[in-house]
Amino acid sequence: MLEVNNLSLSFTQYQRGLKQKNIQVISDLSLSIQEGEILAVVGSSGSGKSLLAHAILGILPKNASLSGRLYYGGQELTAKRQKELRGKEIAFIPQSVNFLDPLMQIGQQVRTSSQVGSEKGIAKGKGGEKEKDRDRDREKGRVKDRAKDKGREKQRKIFDRYELDYDVENYYPFQISGGMARRVLVASAVVGGPKLIIADEPTPGLHHEVVKEALGHLRELADEGTAIMLITHDIATALEVADRIAVFYAGTIVEIAWASEFTDHGDKLRHPYTKALWMALPQNGFLPILGRQPSPSEPPPGCLFQPRCSLSSKSSSTNNSSCSQEAPVMRELRSGKVRCHFAT
Amino acid sequence: MSETKALRITNKVKGLSHLLTINRRKGTLLMIFSALFFFTGIILMSLFIGDERLATNFDAKNLPPSFMNPFGTDWLGRDMFARTMKGLSLSIFIGLIASCASVLVALLLGLTAALMGKVVDSIISWFIDLFLGVPHLVALILISFTLGGGVKGVIIGVAVTHWPSLARVIRAEVMQLRSAEFVLVSRQMGKGPWWIATHHILPHLIPQLLVGFVLLFPHAILHEAAITFLGFGLSPHQPAIGIILSESMKYLATGLWWLAFFPGLCLLIIVRAFDMLGDNLRLLIDPHNAHD
Amino acid sequence: MPFCDLKLKIFFFRYGKGPWILEDYDLELKSGEVVGLSGPSGIGKSTLARILAGYVLPYKGSVRLQGKDLPRKGFNPVQLVFQHPEKAVNPRWQLEKTLNEGWTPDEELLESLGIEKAWLKRWPNELSGGELQRFCVARALSPATRFLIADEMTTMLDAITQAQLWHAVLERAEKNNMAVLVISHDGPLLERLCHRIIDFTRTNH
Repeated sequence: MLEVNNLSLSFTQYQRGLKQKNIQVISDLSLSIQEGEILAVVGSSGSGKSLLAHAILGILPKNASLSGRLYYGGQELTAKRQKELRGKEIAFIPQSVNFLDPLMQIGQQVRTSSQVGSEKGIAKGKGGEKEKDRDRDREKGRVKDRAKDKGREKQRKIFDRYELDYDVENYYPFQISGGMARRVLVASAVVGGPKLIIADEPTPGLHHEVVKEALGHLRELADEGTAIMLITHDIATALEVADRIAVFYAGTIVEIAWASEFTDHGDKLRHPYTKALWMALPQNGFLPILGRQPSPSEPPPGCLFQPRCSLSSKSSSTNNSSCSQEAPVMRELRSGKVRCHFAT
Repeated sequence: MSETKALRITNKVKGLSHLLTINRRKGTLLMIFSALFFFTGIILMSLFIGDERLATNFDAKNLPPSFMNPFGTDWLGRDMFARTMKGLSLSIFIGLIASCASVLVALLLGLTAALMGKVVDSIISWFIDLFLGVPHLVALILISFTLGGGVKGVIIGVAVTHWPSLARVIRAEVMQLRSAEFVLVSRQMGKGPWWIATHHILPHLIPQLLVGFVLLFPHAILHEAAITFLGFGLSPHQPAIGIILSESMKYLATGLWWLAFFPGLCLLIIVRAFDMLGDNLRLLIDPHNAHD
Repeated sequence: MPFCDLKLKIFFFRYGKGPWILEDYDLELKSGEVVGLSGPSGIGKSTLARILAGYVLPYKGSVRLQGKDLPRKGFNPVQLVFQHPEKAVNPRWQLEKTLNEGWTPDEELLESLGIEKAWLKRWPNELSGGELQRFCVARALSPATRFLIADEMTTMLDAITQAQLWHAVLERAEKNNMAVLVISHDGPLLERLCHRIIDFTRTNH
């Protein structure tokens, strides 16, 4: 469905004064999502995983430069295709409720995305007929009306699905509660019938029940065949719905594991960072490890995790030097992927 | 060997092109320097040109522009170049003082509106709306006229009419800062209001004040020229741009085009230079496109 | 360290002329205890935290420290740490100044919080949220702090940083006989940290 190959992303930013500096945010990142699957990208906040979403959607700011390749449905995802598919086949569920237009009624907001798609479809069907201009104009008007009705019908169906009253159609965003606003966000992403949904932290700081509901919506969509990329910093949340977990560390993905492998002491996991992350959860060991994530602009030599790694310090000195000299590449391991010299 | 050499050369070329490429910050700095150069040029020129060049000289009246008199001479044989330079430097001087005063007034009123409570805020907001509602020029003429015209009248007139929009910006900024979490925390850390104002709030206002100042400057100069032109500003014996322009109007019909053309062009260049400077500065401190 | 207690009694609270947010609520914190406060979002937990730390006054009610009102001047013995560290540090200050705003944290604390020397000369936009939050925590953990209110302090952080920060905070709290109120929606976290947990939904309505 979606394939990301060796994606790197950097920004030019001003330092103090006139110097512009290149800031690396994502380096050499690869992943893929299948139909009907939820892939969770888990990493600490502010580490650039949101920018991965922006890169796939093609909404990066001007000072960003991108390398690597994106494929969607087997074909390369160019900037032009991104623009065509965005909001239709590829939908986005943003982190913040502030993404709703404060001056537009809810019903209309949800309809806008669906209308664009359906109008096009109907116009195409009529394209072959040859009629006089006047007839065509009248026909056009009718088509528009029909498209409008269809849009409303579609939107009402979605409203039914997410238990939103039809009254809500006429409300403005400030009139609805936070939980309802979340449902509206999901509704407007889903109304166009997308094949790929990218959800960026859809449950920030919400109570367990609300989180469960939101995640339940995602699971349902995936079960209907939609591919979903769930971006979050909260591994416990991700584990509740995701099929696979991609662990994001210092600008790249260090492991792709199955959600079912996060059990007990994490013995089935591949990368030492993933294990540490799992064991740091309050319901597990609540064990911290020393150090901090390096910035992708100033990576340590060799493996990104080497300065904090238990595997690297435990192994013999010859092994150790390969960790500090040579960056490991992503490799297949036990039906998952890992970026480590010694993972078994 | 040759490869490394080639590499070094390309690196050098890269370094050079890095120096040569103009990003927006460099462009802005370039503009600041050229504007400053222009101003100091005018001021120095007006200092070096003695008053004797302003004296009447009936041997050389109504001369078109030439090498000796680049801007020509007027009907009394005065060198127009000297008059223009003197006039412009007077304008710059008045503009500087007036916009400084204006910025100060804006800062003071903006701060008091934001910090002194609701009553004071609504009074000051009312004044802001009042002053924004009256056309600048009308207010300026009234104030300058009541104060008896002259340099004092013009400066005070500009200062008391140009503060409102900046004051409004500052008021909004301070209000936002006042409820910012880092300011609230600072109070919990035991810092007093004065400490918070000078350490937290003022540093955030300086860029606003700077941009406000730069954008006010052309206004001040133009308005000074305008009310002088209309006869409510500086007295006719001062070599002000407004005086030059209004006098030259009488002679335009007789074909002495240079009397108005060169002084007018210089005024336009100064005003545009400062205006562009202000716009660039504003873009630069705007976080949304600070990195373009 | 002397024993302290903090009593909160709210009859009513609202912002301006808005709807009533809190009604009839009591809370008591004693030195040395770690108390959890859980409940769904939007129910007034953050407002409660702000009232406790003296950021806002209860419309009708009181916050009493040892039977007295909170001091209006000087260092507040009740310190609050927010969810978003980016907003709680001045973006135009080097972090050294932010760190030392209330007191000068000792080396030991910096080390246990994982604050690196090199960060002190950095500007806030150069560090990540997790790194900034360490500074906010260090700033609040003065010996004069008797009560620490952590309002979703580690919600935005990854599990490893979360564990690291809480270990440091609990260690310091024990040393200074300080009380900690942990406000969070994360059940397992509260169970791991707290001596007792208050369910805000049940006590409030």
